[in-house]
Amino acid sequence: MAFPSQLGFQDAASPVMEELLTFHDHALMIVFMISALIGYFIIAMVTANLSDMYILDSQEIEIIWTVLPAVVLILIALPSLRILYLMDEVNDPHLTIKAMGHQWYWSYEYTDYENLEFDSYMIPTQDLAPGQFRLLEADHRLIVPAESPIRVLVSAEDVLHSWAVPALGVKMDAVPGRLNQTAFIASRPGVVYGQCSEICGANHSFMPIVVEAVPLQQFEDWSALMIQDA
Amino acid sequence: MAEDIQTKLQNYRTAPFDARFPNQNQTRNCWSNYLDFHRCQKALDAKGVDTTPCDWYKRVYTSLCPISWVQKWDDQREEGNFPGKI
Repeated sequence: MAFPSQLGFQDAASPVMEELLTFHDHALMIVFMISALIGYFIIAMVTANLSDMYILDSQEIEIIWTVLPAVVLILIALPSLRILYLMDEVNDPHLTIKAMGHQWYWSYEYTDYENLEFDSYMIPTQDLAPGQFRLLEADHRLIVPAESPIRVLVSAEDVLHSWAVPALGVKMDAVPGRLNQTAFIASRPGVVYGQCSEICGANHSFMPIVVEAVPLQQFEDWSALMIQDA
Repeated sequence: MAEDIQTKLQNYRTAPFDARFPNQNQTRNCWSNYLDFHRCQKALDAKGVDTTPCDWYKRVYTSLCPISWVQKWDDQREEGNFPGKI
């Protein structure tokens, strides 16, 4: 999860996020390379006592600094498109979960077998147990089986929301009257946090998303218990 | 045919990939499965045959559609103001 004065992304909890992290590092390396090169040129030109008589009207250098940026852009665009289409792919999911945005909480529906539906409210600061995270903890977590492809259908009941979990590499707008599909695979058991990512009103900051990935057996026990309780 | 649909229903885990709806927007996937279920039931009922094959559509639309949508459409069908053609 996020930590104070964090500079980069959160650690990946899904294969797609691993890809995104690699792409981020790749793009950042190119940015560093360009910045270093341009910084060097600026300093060299400003501090030079003499000027180069061949720098003006030089066709060779014009060609190089036109073609080279085009090549650099292609080197960024191709891996970017690869991940874009990879994220779009929903291959034979084991489970479909619906995440519905409300003002101001999320509700989740598991309706593949039984109609399991529950609301997920933020735990107010004064009710937090020691070690819990302020503004991030929810009373009911979204429980998913680890290492299984999960399809999430995101929608909203009132206004725009956005269901986002950075560690899973998922951010999907929740639009009233529309079902948006996304998918993820939780790489290992664990808890990851997210927040509503589309301004949705007064309590926009207070409707966190908590995804808990557990082994399949525990998932079955949990869902059986939830249906029993309902 | 009837046996095929039985095994298909038994092996159902969740709504499989549908080539008609390859996109992010799954609204119509939910909607057309809801319509298909009720059309199928109407057609098979009119013929007076077993309506089990229709259950596939029902499982798909219950997987895909939010509970509140299904509730709304069921109410509309009861009141006779459902916008779809069944």
